[in-house]
Amino acid sequence: MFDLTDFPILTILMILPLLGAAVILMIKHQDDAIKNTNIRRVALLTTMATFVLSLLLWIGFDNSTADFQFVESYAWVGQDIKYYVGIDGISLLFVLLTTFLMPIVILSSWESIDKRVAEYMVAFLVLETLMIGVFSALDIFLFYVYFEGGLIPMFLLIGVWGGLRRVYASFKFFLYTLLGSVLMLVAVLYMYIETGTTEIPALMEHNFDPGVQTWLWLAFFASFAVKMPMWPVHTWLPDAHVQAPTGGSVILAGVLLKMGGYGFLRFSLPMFPDASIVFADMVLALSIIAIIYTSFVALVQTDIKKLIAYSSVAHMGFVTIGIFVFNTNGIEGAIFTMLSHGIVSAALFLCVGVVYDRMHTREIARYGGLVSNMKLYAVTFVILSLASIGLPGTGGFIGEVLVLVGAYQYSSWVAFGASFGVILGAAYMLYLVRRIVFGELDKDDVKAMTDLNLREKIIFAPLVAMTLWMGIYPNSFLEPMRTSVANLISSDFSSISEQAKAQPKADAGGH
Amino acid sequence: MNGELPNLTLVLPEIFLAVSAMLLLLFGVFQGEKSAERVSNLSVMVLIATAVLMLNSFGGERDVTFNGMFITDAFAVFVKMMVLAASAIALLISGKFLRDHKIARFEFPVLVLLATLGMFVMISANNLMSLYIGLELQSLSLYVLASMNRDRTRSSEAGLKYFVLGALSSGMLLYGVSMIYGFAGTTDFDLLQKTLRGAEGPHIGIVVGMVFLMVGLAFKVSAVPFHMWTPDVYEGSPTPVTAFFAAAPKVAALALMVRVLVGAFPGLIAEWQQVIIFISVASMLVGAFIALVQTNIKRLMAYSSIGHVGFALVGLATGTQAGIEALLIYIAIYITMTLGTFAAILTMRRGEGYVENIDDLAGLSTNNLPMAVAIAIFMFSLAGIPMLAGFWGKWYVFLEAVNVGLWPLALIGLITSVVSAYYYLRIIKIMFFDDAAEVFDGNHGRGVSLVVGVTAIVNSPVSYFLLIAPLVTAAHWAASSLLF
Repeated sequence: MFDLTDFPILTILMILPLLGAAVILMIKHQDDAIKNTNIRRVALLTTMATFVLSLLLWIGFDNSTADFQFVESYAWVGQDIKYYVGIDGISLLFVLLTTFLMPIVILSSWESIDKRVAEYMVAFLVLETLMIGVFSALDIFLFYVYFEGGLIPMFLLIGVWGGLRRVYASFKFFLYTLLGSVLMLVAVLYMYIETGTTEIPALMEHNFDPGVQTWLWLAFFASFAVKMPMWPVHTWLPDAHVQAPTGGSVILAGVLLKMGGYGFLRFSLPMFPDASIVFADMVLALSIIAIIYTSFVALVQTDIKKLIAYSSVAHMGFVTIGIFVFNTNGIEGAIFTMLSHGIVSAALFLCVGVVYDRMHTREIARYGGLVSNMKLYAVTFVILSLASIGLPGTGGFIGEVLVLVGAYQYSSWVAFGASFGVILGAAYMLYLVRRIVFGELDKDDVKAMTDLNLREKIIFAPLVAMTLWMGIYPNSFLEPMRTSVANLISSDFSSISEQAKAQPKADAGGH
Repeated sequence: MNGELPNLTLVLPEIFLAVSAMLLLLFGVFQGEKSAERVSNLSVMVLIATAVLMLNSFGGERDVTFNGMFITDAFAVFVKMMVLAASAIALLISGKFLRDHKIARFEFPVLVLLATLGMFVMISANNLMSLYIGLELQSLSLYVLASMNRDRTRSSEAGLKYFVLGALSSGMLLYGVSMIYGFAGTTDFDLLQKTLRGAEGPHIGIVVGMVFLMVGLAFKVSAVPFHMWTPDVYEGSPTPVTAFFAAAPKVAALALMVRVLVGAFPGLIAEWQQVIIFISVASMLVGAFIALVQTNIKRLMAYSSIGHVGFALVGLATGTQAGIEALLIYIAIYITMTLGTFAAILTMRRGEGYVENIDDLAGLSTNNLPMAVAIAIFMFSLAGIPMLAGFWGKWYVFLEAVNVGLWPLALIGLITSVVSAYYYLRIIKIMFFDDAAEVFDGNHGRGVSLVVGVTAIVNSPVSYFLLIAPLVTAAHWAASSLLF
């Protein structure tokens, strides 16, 4: 294909949004309407350009190797800490997910954000740079900088453009995540001193003493479990989701939640394999509790966004189960679930945004019977809900099946517990669909609502298409990660996966 | 030695500073009250000239004069540069405020110069006696500065409180000095260091004396539990004076602490290390928790500065060269953050005068976005969010703490920094999330704008290239000159 070896594509991907932000800051015009339109256009163009450029990563990616690709490395702080970026099969798709969602986010905020437009767009563009950075950093210090730096724009996005209780939600979001990540910082300091390097590939090779691993694993767990979020430290998420503006919820659900799962795969598993095995049962137990408990909580929600937020926690429970069963199906399923959840839950939050823009309420009881007057919307909403439930033919199904197969290989009890999530997921999502989309169209303000406009159609078309693509031909997404996942398992968890191989090999991918 | 003139070239900057201060005093007396602004400008030039003189004459080699009472080395040059910068900035941002309060007297810059001179002597002290002389020259100037606004009760109260408690701490310090002299037979740092390195444990009297000495110094850096004066003095003093208090004397006193403990008592590291660890942890905790409930921004900054001293002392607690290096980096960054914040506080000015409540910042982002962004940079930097300058300070300090096995200290420090993040975030919340309050009149003088702008850029995410990289090199050079 293309020879991209010397082209600093990842750095350019990170610089582009910043350039866009700089341009936006320079836009001046007496007429606010013209100014804001120009700002939105620049933001959209920037994110589109970033997305197109990021496709080169996918095209030029070599599926056959587990090594890091598109690597750039420059000396930065002192002798040891480097600006060192690159991607492998695990991080490639997360970078693409980020760049894919960003233009959609900008489009979704086209009309709903009318105050401080420039600041809003700048915050999002800076956030995009930081998110790409998190997924492509190969230096643990650089990773930490991006990981924590992302708090600032998100804090402002929730706090300035959020709902009524935005201050409470933004503080909770910031302080919860910060507390988790400072514990990680202590671990990072220790690892740097112990090994004399901050390069992630070198740290993966290093064999930490099992006793030390326990503590380091717990410190990283504190950070990633909060970010994930896992039960019982998930409580910031419903608040943040409910109060954040639509665009903020989309990025939060679509990308920021994936940082926790990515962190487990990039740090906890390869660097502390012994501790991961020791703590696996605890993580699995927490995940099963999360799936069952948050599903029940979702069932009784009266706020649409809160319901979807709790469903996110339940889906993330699947992800942690997939990761901590240490076999190919589980981990591939976990990554796939993260990707499909990134698309589906982002789209569901956009669906909420559509009706919220028209009615300015998220109360489920205020809606009903939308199928009669918003036909296209109803179709979209139903498809996405079914994808969230995991109906065959949608992305959600593949991820859940792979995770369940992986879980079954590890222990049938884990699979048994996780299966409740599928049933309960169907319960709360279908119940939501019934109350919003179906039923009697008897409320006057609901009757007055109009169907999707052109901008909204453009937003939903790629999301629905992606969901179906992931469900119908998942190998497009599983191929790039296969070698990296296999390498992760064979180098650190071969004993456990051999145990799994003894059982009949289940081939679940790609039906 | 007897009757011979000591080597004066080493003290040239100090002599220049002293002579200039006195000349400016004379000039002020002859010109009268209206000369205040000119004296202030001349004082800034004197500070710059002192810096040039100092950098020209020393390459950083270790040298002593006045029978070993006075020392110059890279460490002294580095810290003195910080003190000079802090004093000059404090003078730059003071003019408009003093004129508005009708306290623009020519004595103000002269007192700042004399305080700076006192700090120079402290930093270069190589003997317990020169230590005390420097400390008192500095303190007496500061007592007067605190009560500059003598018609205002708060200011007089601040001065009096500072004086009484300062005198108490000086008394303790002197008592400690006398005990050390009594048991060791010398007040010279080099001799103390040699005699205390002996194989047999130190006499308990020396340990007691050293602890008294540390109490006196802890008071000067406002470390917990000797911090009680700080919030009241910071709140009561005129704001530019508070800015000065929060920067220069803290640097000098921390440097003095390093000089005494590392220069004179390295043999007693086991004894002083536990004391430093305690006051460091206590300062971090108090700085984080008590600040949560403050409504006055100057009081808030007082507790914030207590917390930051705690972080800096983590570097000293490690007792290694890299730890001292981290401490120097930390306080240099701290100066830029704190002076920037105080300069920003000086822009909080409306028709009726200066305001000091945090709530007065409400909605600043809609009234004056650049200023709100600058303050947000200071707050995130003080909270230690990555890529802003404050993060690097914490990084180096805690890196060395973990390196020597003091990881619980790093853990406590980072957790308190999460707690303190709450009140820094509260300021950002008030500026960005709340509805706009009355607009500030913006008539705060060019000096203030300049300082806010420069310090904000230095603290912003490009800080690594502007500030940290050169600072790390300089701090390494400075710390390596101490005897280890």
